Amino acid sequence: MNDRHHLVLKDIHIALDGVTLLALDAEVGPGEVLTVMGPSGSGKSTLLAYLAGFLAPAFQASGRALLDDQDITALPAERRGIGLLFQDPLLFPHLSVGGNLRFGMPRATPDKAERVEAALAQIGLSGFGQRDPATLSGGQKSRVALMRLLLSEPCAVLLDEPFSKLDTHLRHEIRQLVFDRLRAAGLPSLLVTHDREDAEDAGGRVIELSH
Amino acid sequence: MILRLAPPLIVTLLVGPILAGLVMAVLPAFGYLPALGGTEFSLAPWRELFAQPGLMRSVAVSFTSGLVTTLISLAVVLLFLAGASGSRLDRWIRRMVSPLLSIPHAAAAFGLAFLIAPSGLISRLVSPGVTGWERPPDALIVQDPWGLSLMAGLVIKEIPFLLLMSLAALPQLDPERRVAMARSLGYRPTIAWLKVVMPALYPLIRLPVYAVIAYATSVVDVALILGPTLPPTLSVSILTWFHDPDLTRRFMASAGAVLQLGVTAAALATWWCLECLVSRLGSHWVARGGRRRGELSLRLAGKGLILLATLTAFVGIASLALNSIAGFWRFPEALPQGFTASHWLRALPNLSGPVASTIIIATAATLIALALALAALENEQRTGRHPAQGRLLSALGLLYLPLIVPQIAFLFGLVVVMESLGTRPQHALVIFGHLLFVLPYVFLSLSEAYRRFDPRWSQLALSLGASRNAAFWRVRLPMLLAPMLTACAVGLAVSIGQYLPTQLLGAGRVPTVTTEAVSLAAGGNRRVIGVWALVQASLPLVGFIIAVGLPRLLWSNRRGMRGAP
Repeated sequence: MNDRHHLVLKDIHIALDGVTLLALDAEVGPGEVLTVMGPSGSGKSTLLAYLAGFLAPAFQASGRALLDDQDITALPAERRGIGLLFQDPLLFPHLSVGGNLRFGMPRATPDKAERVEAALAQIGLSGFGQRDPATLSGGQKSRVALMRLLLSEPCAVLLDEPFSKLDTHLRHEIRQLVFDRLRAAGLPSLLVTHDREDAEDAGGRVIELSH
Repeated sequence: MILRLAPPLIVTLLVGPILAGLVMAVLPAFGYLPALGGTEFSLAPWRELFAQPGLMRSVAVSFTSGLVTTLISLAVVLLFLAGASGSRLDRWIRRMVSPLLSIPHAAAAFGLAFLIAPSGLISRLVSPGVTGWERPPDALIVQDPWGLSLMAGLVIKEIPFLLLMSLAALPQLDPERRVAMARSLGYRPTIAWLKVVMPALYPLIRLPVYAVIAYATSVVDVALILGPTLPPTLSVSILTWFHDPDLTRRFMASAGAVLQLGVTAAALATWWCLECLVSRLGSHWVARGGRRRGELSLRLAGKGLILLATLTAFVGIASLALNSIAGFWRFPEALPQGFTASHWLRALPNLSGPVASTIIIATAATLIALALALAALENEQRTGRHPAQGRLLSALGLLYLPLIVPQIAFLFGLVVVMESLGTRPQHALVIFGHLLFVLPYVFLSLSEAYRRFDPRWSQLALSLGASRNAAFWRVRLPMLLAPMLTACAVGLAVSIGQYLPTQLLGAGRVPTVTTEAVSLAAGGNRRVIGVWALVQASLPLVGFIIAVGLPRLLWSNRRGMRGAP
C-alpha cells in the first residue's frame, strides 16, 4: 500500500455536441490532493466519469490520463486501478459490513478475514463485520466506505463531493480521516467539490472551472 | 459478446413466428396449401366462409365486445384513479391488483358464471325472498346472445391489467404536484385529476389499451365459457372449423383467421377515431374552466365500479371453492346442505399430469424469457443505448406485437408451418408458443426496475476491481432479486393462463390445467369445474407468494433490501 503512485492528466478536453465543457492539464503526485472546483454544470462530474471510465458515448473526449506512466484512457473501468468515493457511502445493502469490505479486495489477498477485522478496528468498528450496513450511522457508513476503497488497493482515487451530504459536525472529522488515509497510502487523489472548506482541508492545489 | 445477440434474438423470436404464422394463414385463405391439395389460388374459402349462417352476427359480437370491454375497463380505471387517490380503498385496491391480475381468465370467467347463472350464488341469495323463485328461472344469462356476460367477464380481468399499467406509468407524471396545482386554482380533486393528469397519462398507456382491444376482440377461452353459442364469437367459430374432421374446412378456417385480423384491425381503427374525437371534445372541456360540477358523482362512480369489479372477481373465486366442496345443494338455498371432499378425491388422479405439465411449461417458458430479458437489458446498460420509448415501431412497440396481433390469426398459420417442418406436437413446441406471450410481459415487468437501478452501484463495483460480469452477478442480480421474482411470477401467471397456444401447438395432446378446465365448460358439471378452475387460479398465486416471500426470507437481516432498490 505504500507504493508511490502518480497521476498525470495531459491536455484533457471534453466536449458535448461540439461545445467545450472543460480543458485540463495537471499532475498529481503521491499523497497529493488536487481539488477541482466549480458550480454545478461546469463539467466536474463529467471529468470524473471520464477518468473512471464511465463517460457516456454522447461526449467527445481527447487527451490522455497517465497513471504511473501507463495510459489508462483506453482501459475498461475495472482495470484502471482508480477508486471512487461518491456523495453517498453506497454500502451494498445485500452484503454485511464485512462482505462490503471483502468485495473490493483482490482475489489473491492472503488472510482476508484478519485484514477485514484490522480495517474495522482502525475506524473504531471492531466486531461490526457481521452487521447489516443499514443499521450503521451516517458517519460509520462513510468510514466503512473509505476502508472498502483502501482495501481494494487502488493506484489513484477520485472523490465526488464525498462530504456534501454529511452533517456539519461530522463533515470535518470525516474529511480529516479521508485525507489522512489517502496521504498515508501515498495515493494521488482528485477531489471535485463546490465547497471551499473541502478545498482548504484538502490542502493541495485548487483548479477553478468556470462555466 | 453473446449479450449483443440478445436484442436481435428477441426481435426474431417475437416477429418471426408471427410473420410466418400470418403468411401461412393468408395463403390457405386464398386456397393455397399443397399439403391439403390446394395448389391454386381461389376465392372459394371466402365464398364458403360468407355462406356460414350467423357469420355477420359472430363478427358483430366480436367487434362490439372488444370495444365495449375496453371502453368500460378504461373508464373504470381512470375514474378510480381520479376519485380514489390517497383513500383507504386506493391502498387496498393497489395491494389487490397483482393477485387479481394473476387469476387466469378462464378461472375468473367460471367464477363469474357461477355467480350470475340462473342457479348461481346471486340468484340463490335473493331467492325466494325477493324473487319468489322456487326453481332456477329459465333465462339465458350466461352465454347470452348479446355477449353481455362475455364482456363482463373480460372487464373483470382487463381492469387490473390497465390499472397496473397506469400505476407503473403514473410516477413519471408526478400526479400529486399536478393535482395540487390545479386544486390551488380552485378545481375539486377528481376534476383536477381528470383535467391535468389523465391527458398526460393516456399516451403512456396507449399500447396496453390497444392490447386489450386486440385481446377482447379475439379471445377464445373466455368466449367458450361466457360467450354466445348460436352463433359463437368469430374466434370460437374459427377454432371449431379448424378442428373439424373434414380437413378441407381448414381453408375456410384460414379465411376466418384473416377475417379475425380484419375485425381486430377495424376495432383498433374505430378506437383510434374515438381517440381523436375525445381529444378534440376533451380539450374544450379541459379549457372551459368547470371546476366542481359532477365531482361527487364521478368520485362515487370510480370507487363503486372498481369495488364491484374486484369483489365480483373474488366472490367468483370463492364460489368456485364452494362448488368444489359442495355436497347436495337444493336450488334456493344459499349454502349446500353438506360439504364433501369427494369431488377433489375423484379429480386428484387426473389432476397430477396436467398440473405437472402446466408447471414444466410455465417454468421453462419463464426462465427462457427471464434469461433473454436480462441479457437484452444488461446489453442496453453496457452499450449505454436506450431504446426510444413511445414510438410504435421501436423495440418496445415490437414487444407488444404478440399482444396486438390476435392469437387466433397467426397461431393457425404457425401450426401449419410446424406441420410442414415435420415438428411433432410436444412440450417443447408448446413452451416455444408460450414464450411469445410470456417474453413481452417478463420484459415489460423487469425493464422498469432495471432501467431505474442506480448506475453508481455498478460503477462502484467496477471501480473496486470487479469485472462487468462479476458486477452483474454479485451486485445487480442480488439487488434486483425482488423485481426479478415479480417478473417471473408474472411470466408464470401468463403461461399458466394460456389456452389457445397450448391447444393448437400441442394439438390437444399436451393437457394443462387450463385446457382441461376450459374443456369442461361444455359439460357444465359445476363440482368438477370448481375443482379444476380453483387449481388453475391457485397455481399463479403460488408464484406471487414466492415472489413476495422469498426476498423477505433471504433479506430478513438486511434492512436496506426491504424497500425496492
